[in-house]
Order: sequence, then structure tokens, then C-alpha cells
Amino acid sequence: MLGKLNFDALPFYSGIALTGAIITVFGGLAVIALITWFGKWGYLWSNWLISIDHKKIGIMYITLALIMLMRGFVDAIMMRTQQAVALNSQGYLPPGHFDQIFTSHGTIMIFFLAMPFLTGLINIVVPQQIGARDVSFPFMNSISLWLTVSAAALVMVSLVIGKFSTAGWSAYPPYSELKFTPGVGVQYWIWTVLISGLGSTLTGINFFVTILKRRAPGMTLMRMPLFTWTALCTSILMIFAFPALTVVSALLGLDRYLGMHFFTNGAGGNMMNYANLFWIWGHPEVYILILPAFGVYSEVVATFSGKPLFGYRSLVYATAAITLLSFMVWLHHFFTMGASADVNAFFGMATMIIAVPTGVKIFDWLFTMYRGRVWMASPMYWTIGFIVTFAIGGMTGVLLAIAPVDYLMHNTTFLVAHFHNMLIPGALFGYLAGYQYWFPKALGFRLDEKWGKRAFWAWIIGFYLAFMPLYVLGFMGMPRRLERYDVAAWQPWLIVAELGALSILLGIVLLIVQLVVSFRNRAALRDTTGDPWNGRTLEWATASPPAPYNFAIIPHVHGIDALATMKEDGTVGAKPASYRDIIMPKDTGAGVMIGGLSFVLGFAMVWEIWWLAIFAGAGIWAVLIARTFNDLDFHIIPAREVEKKERQRNVPRPATDADALLMPRRV
Amino acid sequence: MSTQDAAGNPAMTIEEEVAEHSRDERVFGFWMYLMSDAIIFALLFATYAVMSGRNAGGPTGHDLFKLTRTLIETIFLLLSSTTFGFASVFLKQERLRPVLVWLVVTFLLGAGFVGMETSEFHGMVMKDAGPDHSGFLSAFFTLVGTHGLHVSMGLCWIAILSIQVLVRGLTPAVASRLYRLGLFWHFLDIVWIGIFSVVYLPGVL
Repeated sequence: MLGKLNFDALPFYSGIALTGAIITVFGGLAVIALITWFGKWGYLWSNWLISIDHKKIGIMYITLALIMLMRGFVDAIMMRTQQAVALNSQGYLPPGHFDQIFTSHGTIMIFFLAMPFLTGLINIVVPQQIGARDVSFPFMNSISLWLTVSAAALVMVSLVIGKFSTAGWSAYPPYSELKFTPGVGVQYWIWTVLISGLGSTLTGINFFVTILKRRAPGMTLMRMPLFTWTALCTSILMIFAFPALTVVSALLGLDRYLGMHFFTNGAGGNMMNYANLFWIWGHPEVYILILPAFGVYSEVVATFSGKPLFGYRSLVYATAAITLLSFMVWLHHFFTMGASADVNAFFGMATMIIAVPTGVKIFDWLFTMYRGRVWMASPMYWTIGFIVTFAIGGMTGVLLAIAPVDYLMHNTTFLVAHFHNMLIPGALFGYLAGYQYWFPKALGFRLDEKWGKRAFWAWIIGFYLAFMPLYVLGFMGMPRRLERYDVAAWQPWLIVAELGALSILLGIVLLIVQLVVSFRNRAALRDTTGDPWNGRTLEWATASPPAPYNFAIIPHVHGIDALATMKEDGTVGAKPASYRDIIMPKDTGAGVMIGGLSFVLGFAMVWEIWWLAIFAGAGIWAVLIARTFNDLDFHIIPAREVEKKERQRNVPRPATDADALLMPRRV
Repeated sequence: MSTQDAAGNPAMTIEEEVAEHSRDERVFGFWMYLMSDAIIFALLFATYAVMSGRNAGGPTGHDLFKLTRTLIETIFLLLSSTTFGFASVFLKQERLRPVLVWLVVTFLLGAGFVGMETSEFHGMVMKDAGPDHSGFLSAFFTLVGTHGLHVSMGLCWIAILSIQVLVRGLTPAVASRLYRLGLFWHFLDIVWIGIFSVVYLPGVL
């Protein structure tokens, strides 16, 4: 009746697990209690849960990301603490627990911090940057969001009911096969990855079509903002890479559920195939993570240097080159698996080549700042912190690309330091810069600058303290994922790393403080014009927050940096003679229902409650089929309502002489 | 706003304009979904290629595949693509009855294909050659079975769209959905050609 679910699933086997579960359950109950106390269920449902407005969907994605940042960080600081104390001792974490923690840390940070954060930024910004009113498939957009939330819920539930996987975020067989890891942990991982992966694939399709089909007239591809270009390339990567993740996790699932032999130790299984399939997804995935961050840096550097981007064409070609090459390097994740020297050499060379376009981008950003009027608002801090720190990580990547060197470095903490060097100052700083930059656009008031800068310093100092020692430890031979060790020379470095983790904890706290302070001062911080940074791209032409339809009149684009061009022409903020009716898609609860049902489906499949899985699956199909019979999925905003909304807002600033100083003509 | 466009056709209302653009986008988006599906099949083909010799001393393709059966399955599927083509032609002529008739014929041929494949799988399982017996068999069942599952989804889609045709008639929205179903159906045909070229023929030879 309840499959494999029974009372043993509750986390009474360990004090730490029980604490985690209690915090999770009480956290969830507290949120429900607060919403009920303030009587906001109706508001939440009709304004957020059923919304298919890309801006709201983006805000919900980023909210999920920031919550899961904290969840994933708890894992991080638990690991750092364990490693700081576990010299010749058990530490405070039993080994099985430590294994769950490093597995959930990686899984959560990639799938529920990074992916939702970048997807959220793309959702809020890209339709506005191309002068569109919405994405091509708003309902599918909603489905993508709720699938991601449902998968995140599955991971959170694994803390309370059952255990999470102990096989690492990459779940290599044969360890992840039933023979070596019976139990539900790997099942949780499989269903989390399948459900959120489907959401990402659909997002990729959505934005690929949106960017190609909904640009404002006059916006040719080579006039698109760089963030939109990186979103386009990210979408291509999502469409073509995520199927590999779907295949590999499904095949692992077939091995575990139906006793098949894709990756088993015997009966014709081929474990090396897993590594190949996983990293055919896994490598493009890291470019999915970094390209939107590069897009943010491009936008921020141009705006805060008061200049057009240097080398627009080269930035576009570099992005395209990275997209293409990202499918040709995957073997560098397993140089040591035993391919021939020729094969290793090919992938090693390809890995070095892919560093080149990134280098081009860095030079382009530096040259954008050169001879510009650079002003250091919070987004610029994250950007400059990135440029300096990411270069170090990039160099260690080129070092690792040398296969013989990788034979020494593979699976040491050197590797751990390298990829965190890419992900934190690279991807995460980019998302945080974007968050600071576009927050006023999304919510209508700016974030407090002072706290933003403090948070940045805590983060970057924390990053250096936490990860530079790991490079040293890798050279000293320390393997990754160690729950205890007996080499005394390692401990001082691990203690420094723990201090770094504490500094990052401070950084997270300061970001929360920034949010609270900004919310309380929101009247003073209000963005009245829609253009708080004197921006260059079209999203700054809408109100802050924008009307549901973004643009009352779709702008006509005359060049790169469409808004900057309009400011120089003096055409910005011109009021049209008349307005037209606007058709917008209608909100629907079908997306959140599909999300809820997919959570039930995933949970039921994890615990092998077959009747519940069938019921949930049938429910999802029923919602979709009902949707396809619904021809009234839009509503019309009459012209006079549009006019009323537009008359109420202030316009972005046109260019003044002072601005002309900030925007020199391109040489 | 004029009531005629440049070619002298009656101008569309805003709703019609938006709906037509939306239909174009949906067809384009559906092509992109098909591309992602193609990647899934490509990876399953690659996995099959890697594992086709890994039969753990158990039955091989040579022991299990019967070309006559594969030929009949192929005829069913390819014919069903042809009959779907007929439905598409009548759709363009906006003749509802023939569209429905050919959709039903397509459904029957597709169901015949799925029925034969199910019985093939069943027979193999009965002969101790199920997917849990070797890597080769796992790869075979998964590749061919995934294709069969897609065909089954297509059959459901034909059924639902047929109901929609009956209830709504051949509206532009319904026509666009039929067009996308056609893309899906023909795509599955192409995958099948890959399957008998990569799985059945080499297995037997």
C-alpha cells in the first residue's frame, strides 16, 4: 500500500539528521503559519502561484535559488567543520552522513541554486531586452518553474523521510547501482535530476524560440544585448545537453528498478559508458552556468563604464565558440579512466582551446573599462572581483587540461578548488551582480548599496580563505570527499578553509540584511524612472516594476544598445499619439498543479508506491489534455487602460550633456 | 487601421494576428523539442552500439530477431506515415470527414505496430531474454522500447486530436496541432528506419 515507506524512513538514526529534519519541517510550517496569519493565501495564489508572467516567474526562480543557497551552504559549512577537526579523529559526522552531505551539497548548488538563479535572471530580463511582451510559451514557462520547485521539494523531503544519495552529485556506478547502494537515496537523486532536468530543457526551448521570434523590429541578431546573446547560447546548450542527463539518469533508474545491466559490474554492463553519458551533459552544463554570468558582466561593465561594450562582435563570436566547443571537451572529466594517450591528447587540447574565447571576453571587458568613466556601484564590485579571481581558476583549469598533470590532480582538493573557483567567483558572483543590477527593475526599489558592498567583501575574502588552501592541499596530495584524515600537515590549511566558510556565512547574512534594510527603506530607494543606472539596453525603458505587458508600444530599434541610441537621438520617453489594445496570456493554475503532481509522482516512484505514481502521472496528463482544449487562454487589456497606466509613470532620462560625457562616441 | 492588407486580403484582428504568430512559434518550438528528442535517441543508439556485443553469454540478436516480423512492423509504421500524409492533404483541403477517416486508419496501423512489438517483447521475456539478462538486451529493450513508447504517446495524441476535430472542427488551432502531430509521427518513422538499420539488420546478418 505504501511501497517501501515505513517508520524506519524517519531520521531517528542520527542526532544530526534529526536536527536537520526538524529545522526543515519547522521552517516549512513557520512559512505556512506566517502566510495564514497575514491572510495572504488568496494574494499568493492569484498574484504569484498562477501567474505566467515571465517577470514574476523569474522572481520566484530567484527566491527558490536564494533559499536553496542557504540549504546548500549548510552542507558546505558542515563539511568544512568536519574536515577542520577530523585529524586522527571521527569528527562529529559519521561517514555515511558525510557522504550524504557532499552529495546533496553538489546536487543542490547546481540544480537548485545555480540553475534557478540564472533561469530567473533570464526570465526577468531577456523579454524586456528584446522589446517583447512575454516569452513565446508562457504556460510552458510556468511548468518549468514548478517542475524545478517540485524537484527542490523532493530534495528537501529526503532530509525528513529517508536518506539522500551517498554517491556524489555525479552518482557514478557501480557504487550507485542497487548492489552497492540499496535504499532510496539514489532514487531521490534520479527523480530530482529527471524532474528539474525536464524543466530546464523546456526553458531552453522557450527562450530559443522567444529570442529568435519575438525581437522588436530593427533588432537584428547583431544588435541584441550581450545578455540576450548569452541567454540564446545557454538555451541552445540546454536543449542539446539536457537530453543526455535525462538518458543517463533514466538508464541508471532502469538498472535499479528493473534490474537491467547498463552500468552493472557484470552481465555485460559498461560502467565507463555512464561517465561518458553523464559528462556529455555535465560539461555543457557548466557552460550553461557560466554564460549567463558572462552576459551579466557584459551589461554591468558597459553601464558602469558609461561606454558601449568594447569588441561587441568578438564577444558574440567568443560566446558562440564557447557554445560549440563545450560539446567537445567532456572527456577531461575522466582522463584517468583509461582512454588512450591520443584520445586524452585530443580532449586536453580542446579543453585548452576553449579557454581562449573566455580570455577574449576578459580583455573585451577590460578594454570597455579603459578610458571609460567607471563608477563603483555594487554590481561593479562583484564584476571586478570576478575578473581577478576567475583568471586564477581559469589558469588552474588549463593546468588540469594537461592529461599527465591531471593524473596527479584528479580527485584531489586541487580539482575541488578549481571548480569552485569557476562556480563561485565566476557564476555565482555574476548572478549576484545581476541580482543587484536588476533588482530595482523587478521590484521597483534599489538595494542598499552599503550592505551590498559589505556582503561582497565578506564573500570574496571568504572565497579566497576557503579555497586557496584547497589548491595547496591538492598539491600536497589530499583527496577530495575525505571525511577524516591522518596527515597533520593538512589541518592548518583546513582550519583556514573553515574560516573562509565562516566569512561566506557572514556574506550570506549580509545579503539577507541588505534585503531587509532595503525593503524597510523602499520608499526612499524607489526607482521612479525605471532607469536607475542610466542603462543602455531596452529593459531600462520599461517602468520599475514593468507593466504586465512591458512595452505599451513595441519600440523600433536602430542600433546596438537600443536605449542608449534612443537617448542620444532624444527619442526616449516620447509618448505616442494613441494606444492599441494589448493581448496578454491569461494566468492559470495548471502549471502549479503539474508541479505538485510531479512532486507526488517523484515521491511515489522513490518509495515504489505504484498506485500513487500512476494516479499522479494520470493527473498530469489530465491537466495537459484539459489545457489543450482551452482556447480562451488570453485576455485583452483595452487601449484606455494601457493609456492610463502609461500616463502614470515617469520616463527614463534622456541624454544630457553630463550623460554625453559618460557616453563617448565609439572611436 | 485599414480593413485590407497589401495583398487585398481582409485584415486580421489583433486576436487573429497574435494567434497566427503564436501558431508559427509553436511549430518552431516543436521542431526544437524534436531536436532534443533526437539527441535522446542518438544517445540510446550510441549506447546500443557500445553494448550490442555484450550479451553475457546469453542470447544474441541473431537468436532473437525475426526479419519477417520486423518487415511487417516496418510496413505498418511506414504505411501509417503515408496515411497520415493523406490526412494532411485533406486537412489542407479543409475536408473534415476524410481527415478523420485517415486519422483512424493511421491509428489502427500504429496500434498494429505497437501490438506486434509488445508481443515481440513478451516473447523474448518468456524465452528468458528479457532486459534484465544482459547489457545487450537492456540496450535493445530500452532503445526499441523508447521508440515504442513514443509511438504509443502518438497514438494517444491521434485519439485526442480526433476528438478535438470532431468537437471543434478544422480550426486553425486544430490544424496547427495536427501539423505538429504529423511532424512527430514522421520523426518516429525516421527513428524506426534507424532502428532496423542499426539493430535488426546487423543483428541478423
